[in-house]
Amino acid sequence: MKTREDKVFQALGHTLMTVLSLSAVIPVILMIISSLTDNEALLQNGYSFFPSQWSLYAYQWVFDSNGTVVMRAYGISVLLTAVGTALSLLMTTPLAYGLSKPKLPWRGALTFYVFFTMLFNGGLVPTYINYTSVFGVKDTFYGLLVPSLLMNAFNVLLMKSYFVAGVPNEILEAANIDGASEMRTMVSVAIPMAKPMIATIAMFVGIAYWNDWNNGFIYLLKRTDLFSIQNLLNRLMQNIQMLATNSQQVSNAGEGLAKIPQATVRMAMATLGILPIMVVYPMIQKNFVKGITLGGVKG
Amino acid sequence: MNIKESNTRLPTASIGGKARQYRRFWPVYLMMLPGLIYLFINNYMPLPGAIVAFKQYNARLGIYSSKWVGFKNFEYLFRTSDAWVITRNTILYNVAFIIVNTILAILVAVVLSELTGKRKKAYQSVILLPNLISTVIISYLVFAFFSVGSGFINKSILPLFGVAPVSWYSEAKHWPYIIIFVNAWRSVGYLCIIYLATLMGFDRAYYESALIDGASRLKQFWYITLPLLKPTIVMLTLMAIGRIFYSDFGLFYQVPMNQGALYATTNTIDTYVYRGLLQLGDISMSSAAGLYQSAIGFVLVLGANMLVRVIDRDSALI
Repeated sequence: MKTREDKVFQALGHTLMTVLSLSAVIPVILMIISSLTDNEALLQNGYSFFPSQWSLYAYQWVFDSNGTVVMRAYGISVLLTAVGTALSLLMTTPLAYGLSKPKLPWRGALTFYVFFTMLFNGGLVPTYINYTSVFGVKDTFYGLLVPSLLMNAFNVLLMKSYFVAGVPNEILEAANIDGASEMRTMVSVAIPMAKPMIATIAMFVGIAYWNDWNNGFIYLLKRTDLFSIQNLLNRLMQNIQMLATNSQQVSNAGEGLAKIPQATVRMAMATLGILPIMVVYPMIQKNFVKGITLGGVKG
Repeated sequence: MNIKESNTRLPTASIGGKARQYRRFWPVYLMMLPGLIYLFINNYMPLPGAIVAFKQYNARLGIYSSKWVGFKNFEYLFRTSDAWVITRNTILYNVAFIIVNTILAILVAVVLSELTGKRKKAYQSVILLPNLISTVIISYLVFAFFSVGSGFINKSILPLFGVAPVSWYSEAKHWPYIIIFVNAWRSVGYLCIIYLATLMGFDRAYYESALIDGASRLKQFWYITLPLLKPTIVMLTLMAIGRIFYSDFGLFYQVPMNQGALYATTNTIDTYVYRGLLQLGDISMSSAAGLYQSAIGFVLVLGANMLVRVIDRDSALI
């Protein structure tokens, strides 16, 4: 039975959600349209949804004159995301599995050891000094890969709860009684059963690596050739900042991009930076929502 | 049942039992080791270095050989107006985020849960999308709207109302609104999913009986939905309060493009620590501010968790 109030509510609700959905994507659409606008037209009329003149020049410029710089950064982003996600899973999964074993001696203490890292951290200064002076990650690929992103306690504990709830201990004990070693039990019994959770964590970690600009920002001071796409975008942004503050020339800006980049080119690069996420998102969207729900319940 | 019982009794308290446990589990420990070592390097090793806040740091000597100066760094820090500004900004922004995001997320979740039709799922995915965009790219999006010379707002919106262009990136007073808006744009979709999942778990019987009694939608929301949501709201808010001394570095550094003229409303503890460390080379001040953040942050997280624990054991982190 549909009352009048119902109909009004549905109409209003759909309108509201349409407006909100549009506002979520409109900035991205403006960015994409700007990247396809003629540079002169953009400077004259500003960023616009209806450019007076379209142009592919920005993409030509990115790929022709600066193809190597951009492609290199793209390659580094891909490599970083792949290696980072793989290593992260290799460390997170066994640790979470171990913590989920009810009979493991010292389980409580180890869980606290992991958990404590969520409560307290030394802060940026000691962390920076530790990574640069003890491990020398400054201006190396490890500077992008290792600090803070490689594994985090939250993912470990999330996966641990999944092992506890989703993989019955009876099954693991049975495998054990059948003569399977602990290693074997984990690889061929527990991990296959935890696949959905592992996929979710892989996605969280992968997105974090793809979107990270912070590590490069802090640890790559001279080696601009190691910049990921996000770092390159960040450096372009800094060039605008320099412009705005009327400062001197930017020192060691990424080779070919040292010149002040044009407005449309910046937007083209940002579009390229967001592209992989846009392509993958429809596929992972369901899993992503599920992951948030799981994570939201706990912390 | 029997098997289970005998299983749990197997590792007796005897020494032989413990030894057997270790013999059985050593491969598990071995597998856990890389993760444990990483946490040690990433989270535990820097901890003693926090004492740098009590030293006059000299890069050549390193943290431990640098000269002790006691609480001098803190004295300097709190004598400047910076300490007050960054603390105020960090806390006020977080309070605003909590209020705005919670209200919007609940509103959207409630509307979504009542909507019918195929587009429901699509709305949900689309409003979540901003959450996957990196802060650097968000700063580009903001720039496209607010750029002084060619931004969409100055060029297309303000002229419609006959308002003169605003130099957004040099007037600090606009930034609280911009930052709160950008943050909501990015986070509401995420928060909304958590609330929606909670809403979906409610017993429909409450609503059916309310309908029979002729309760309006607004009444249903006020007297059924909101009270049922209360534990989730309290929990998420407490968690956020536990993080009230922390801010998203990118949101306050990248989005306002690190403009000095905007520091009054965009400088937070995190941006202050970063600038001290890598731009000004003032490691003493920077580390004092960092330790101030870690220490108070720790107390707040613990406090919030204890409260959560009192309210609902299962939702607590510890």
